[in-house]
Amino acid sequence: MDTNMNPTILLLTILFLSVMGFIMGKRRSYAVANDAGGISELHSRPTYYGSLTALWCAIPALIIFSFWLLFESRIITDLVISSLPDQLQNLPADRLNLIVNDIKNIVNGNIVSTDSNPSMVAAAEHYKKLNSLSHVSLTVIVIVVAIVAMLVIQRTINPKLRARNHVEKMIKYILIACSTIAIFTTIGIVLSVLYESIRFFKVIPLTDFLTGLEWSPQMAIRADQVGSSGSFGVVPVFMGTILISAIAMCVAVPIGLMSAIYLSEYANRTFRSIAKPLLEILAGIPTVVYGFFAALTVAPMIRDTGAFFWLDVSSESALAAGLVMGIMIIPFVSSLSDDVINAVPQSLRDGAYALGATKSETIRQVVVPAALPGIVGSVLLAVSRAIGETMIVVMAAGMSANLTVNPLKTVTTVTVQIVALLVGDQEFDSPKTLAAFALGLMLFIVTLILNVIALVVVRKYREQYE
Amino acid sequence: MIETNIDIVKKGLGKRYRAEKRFRIYGVCAIAASLIFLAFLFISIGTNGYTAFQQTFIRLSIYFDPEILGDTTHRESLASANFPAIVKQSLLKMFPEVQSRGEKKQLTSLISSGASYYIRDMFVEDPNLIGNTVQVWIPADDDVDMLIKGHTERGVEEAERRLNNKQLGWIEKLERDGNIEKRFNTIFFTAGDSREPELAGIWGAASGSFFTMIVTLLLSFPIGVAAAIYLEEFAKKNRWTDIIEVNINNLAAVPSIVFGLLGLAVFLNFFGMPRSAPLVGGLVMTLMTLPVIIIASRAALKSVPPSIREAALGVGASQMQMVFHHVLPLALPGMLTGAIIGMARALGETAPLLMIGMVAFIVDVPSGFTDPATALPVQIFLWADSPERGFLEKTSAAIMVLLTFLIAMNALAVILRKKFEKRW
Repeated sequence: MDTNMNPTILLLTILFLSVMGFIMGKRRSYAVANDAGGISELHSRPTYYGSLTALWCAIPALIIFSFWLLFESRIITDLVISSLPDQLQNLPADRLNLIVNDIKNIVNGNIVSTDSNPSMVAAAEHYKKLNSLSHVSLTVIVIVVAIVAMLVIQRTINPKLRARNHVEKMIKYILIACSTIAIFTTIGIVLSVLYESIRFFKVIPLTDFLTGLEWSPQMAIRADQVGSSGSFGVVPVFMGTILISAIAMCVAVPIGLMSAIYLSEYANRTFRSIAKPLLEILAGIPTVVYGFFAALTVAPMIRDTGAFFWLDVSSESALAAGLVMGIMIIPFVSSLSDDVINAVPQSLRDGAYALGATKSETIRQVVVPAALPGIVGSVLLAVSRAIGETMIVVMAAGMSANLTVNPLKTVTTVTVQIVALLVGDQEFDSPKTLAAFALGLMLFIVTLILNVIALVVVRKYREQYE
Repeated sequence: MIETNIDIVKKGLGKRYRAEKRFRIYGVCAIAASLIFLAFLFISIGTNGYTAFQQTFIRLSIYFDPEILGDTTHRESLASANFPAIVKQSLLKMFPEVQSRGEKKQLTSLISSGASYYIRDMFVEDPNLIGNTVQVWIPADDDVDMLIKGHTERGVEEAERRLNNKQLGWIEKLERDGNIEKRFNTIFFTAGDSREPELAGIWGAASGSFFTMIVTLLLSFPIGVAAAIYLEEFAKKNRWTDIIEVNINNLAAVPSIVFGLLGLAVFLNFFGMPRSAPLVGGLVMTLMTLPVIIIASRAALKSVPPSIREAALGVGASQMQMVFHHVLPLALPGMLTGAIIGMARALGETAPLLMIGMVAFIVDVPSGFTDPATALPVQIFLWADSPERGFLEKTSAAIMVLLTFLIAMNALAVILRKKFEKRW
C-alpha cells in the first residue's frame, strides 16, 4: 500500500514548502528594505511578506491537491470502464459495478469473487497504471505550482507592496470559506438524500410509501421467489418510532423537568454542583453503551417481570428500548429547562411569595407557566433527538415491523430500518437500498421541522424577558 | 362564629404544606432516579466486564519436533510447517490415556485455535528452538476460560454444558497440576478483532478510532474556529449570515445517522472513496462535530470583553491583528474546551460509521488513514451482537475502556475551563 502513503507525504511536502516560502519571503523583505534604506521603509512588517509568500505557496497547491484526490478515483474508474471490452461495458449497471469492484480487488491484491478473466486482469493493470500516473502527475503539478507561486511572490516583494492588506484579505476569504461549509453540508445532505429518494419514488409511488400498512423490504431477486413481496408501506415503521419515542418522553419529561425544578429552585449550591455534572454524565455516555445495556440488562429484566405477572413480553420489547432512551434524554430536557427556569425574573417569584404562596405553588402557578414556551421548546428538541436516536433501538428494538401500540411487543423504527437496509451487502439501485434514503429523507424533514419550531419558540421566549 | 379569611387560609395550610413537601420529594426522587440508573449502568458494566482483563492460560511443554516441522530453514516452508501437530502432540503427551479420534479432537479443543500461531511466532523469533522442549503458556479456549472464571456452571447437566464430563475431568487434572492459570490479558489490549473470543482484542478498533479522530481534529478544529471568528468578529448582520447561523444550529440537531447517509452518498458513491476507511469516517465526523465547535467557539469569543478589542484598535491594530493578536488568545481555552467535548462526542458516535462500512469484520490492525478499519464503539456493537458468552465480558471491558477515554477527555475539558476561565 505504498501508493496510499503518497498523499500524506505530499501534504507534508506542501507544508514544508510553505514554511520555506515564509522564511524566504521574510528574508527577501529584509533585503529589499536594506536596499531602500532600512526596515522602516517597508509598508508592512517583514512577517507579512513571509506570510504572503507562504499563503500563495500553500493555498493553490492545497486546492489542486484536494480536488484531485476527490475526483481521482471516479475519473480513473470511468476511464477503466471505457477501456473494457464492449460486451462487459454493455452489462446492466449493477453487474458493471460488481466487475469494477472485482477489478479494484485485483488491484489491491485481494481474492476476487468470480474467476478473473484476462480482460479484467488487463483492466486491473490499466487501473494500476492510471493510478500511479495520476499520483505522479499530481505530485509534479502540486510541487511546481507551489514553487512557481513562491518565486513569483519573491519577485514582487518591494517596499511598496501592501503585504499586510493582501494577507488580511486572503485570511478573510479563508474565514468566509470555512463558515460556508455549514451551508454546503446542509445542501449535501438535502441533495444526496433527495436524489436517491426521488429514484426510490420512481419505483414505489410516494402515496404507497406514506400510506402502506406493510413493511417488508425484501425484494425478490428471482422472479419466482416466494415470500419476498417487497412492500414499502412506512406506516408501521413510523408507528414504531412514535411508540418508542413516546415511551422515552414519558420517562424523560417528568424526571427531567422535576430534576431541573429541584436543581434550580430548591437545591443548595453544593448539591447543585455535585448533581448537575452527574446528570450531564448521562448525556456523555455513548449511545452504543445504552444500547448494550438495554439489550443485555433492561430487556431481560422487563421480560422476567412481565413473566411474573403472566404477561407475554417480547425480548425486544418497545418498552425496554423506550425506557433506556428516555433515561438518555433526561439530561437534554433537564439542562435546557434549567436554563429557561433560571431566566424567569426573580420579581415574578417575589410577587407570588408576597401573596403568600408556598414555594411549590409559586413554581407550579408562576414559574412553570412563565417558562412554558421554553420548556416546550426543550421537549421538542428532545423528541427530535429521540426520533433520530439509532444505536439504542438498533440493539434493543426489533426488526419486524408490527403495527401495534402495545409497548410489550416488538416494533421497529426508522433508524433501525435505515441501518438494516444499508449495512452489509448492498445492491446499488435496488429499491431496498434506495428505501433507506427515503426513510432518511423523512427523518431529516421531521427532525428539521421539530428543531425549527423549537428554536423559534425558545428564541421568542428568551426575548420576552430580556 | 364568623369565618374570617385568615381562618380559611389556616384551615388549608396543613394541606398546602403537605403538598409542598410532596413536591420537594418528587424533585429528589427525579434526581435520585437518574443517579440510581447511572450507578446501575456502571455497576452492571463493571461486574460484567472486569473479568475480561484476565485470561485463562494452559501450560504446555512444547517439543519442537524436527520430524513434524520438516524443513524450517526457509521462510516459505515455515508458513506451511505443521505447528498445530506440535501443539496437539504436547497435549497428548500430558494425557496419554486419550486414544480415540473423537477424544483427541475434544482434547485439542480445550486450547485456543490460535495456539499454533503463537508457537510459530515463537519459532520464527528463535529458530534455535528446534529439537528443544519449552514450557509455554497458551491461551485456553473461550469455553474453558468461561468455566475457570465461573461464568458457566460446572454443576449443570452435561447436555446443557459446552464442555462434556471428559473435558471437565481433563481441566480438573490441569488445575490439580497447576497447569492452568489466570493471567493479565495482554491479548485484549494488543490484538485486532477475531472470531474467537480468547484471541479478540481492541487494539485494531482503538487504532481505527485514533486515525478517525486525528482526521476529525485536524479538520474540524481549524475550520470551526475560523468559521466562528468570521461569524462573530467580521460578518455583518445580514440575510446571508442569518442563513449560516440557522444552518449551524440546525445541523447541531440533525440525527447522526443522516450524516452517515451523506457520507455514503457523497464520499463513497459519488467521490468513490474507499469503504471502511478512517479517512471517510473522519470526514463524516468532521461535518458532525463542526457545529458543536463553532457554537462553543462563538461563545468563547463572545465572552471576551469589547474593551480588549477597543484598546487594540485604539493603538492602531488592524481588525485582523486585533482578532488574532488579542481576542483569539483569550478565547482559545474556551474553544479548546468545546473542541474536546465535540471530539468526545465523536469518539462515542457509532451510527454514521455503520453507514460508511466501518462495521466490517477486520482482523488486521490498520496502519494508515485509508486502511480498512473499525472504531471502538463499532467494535462494541459488533461484539454485543456475537452469541458467544466470551464476547459478553469483552464487550463490557471495551465499554470500560471507551468510557475511560471519554471521562479523561471530559475531565481535561473541565480542568482547562477551570484553569483558564477568566471573569472580566
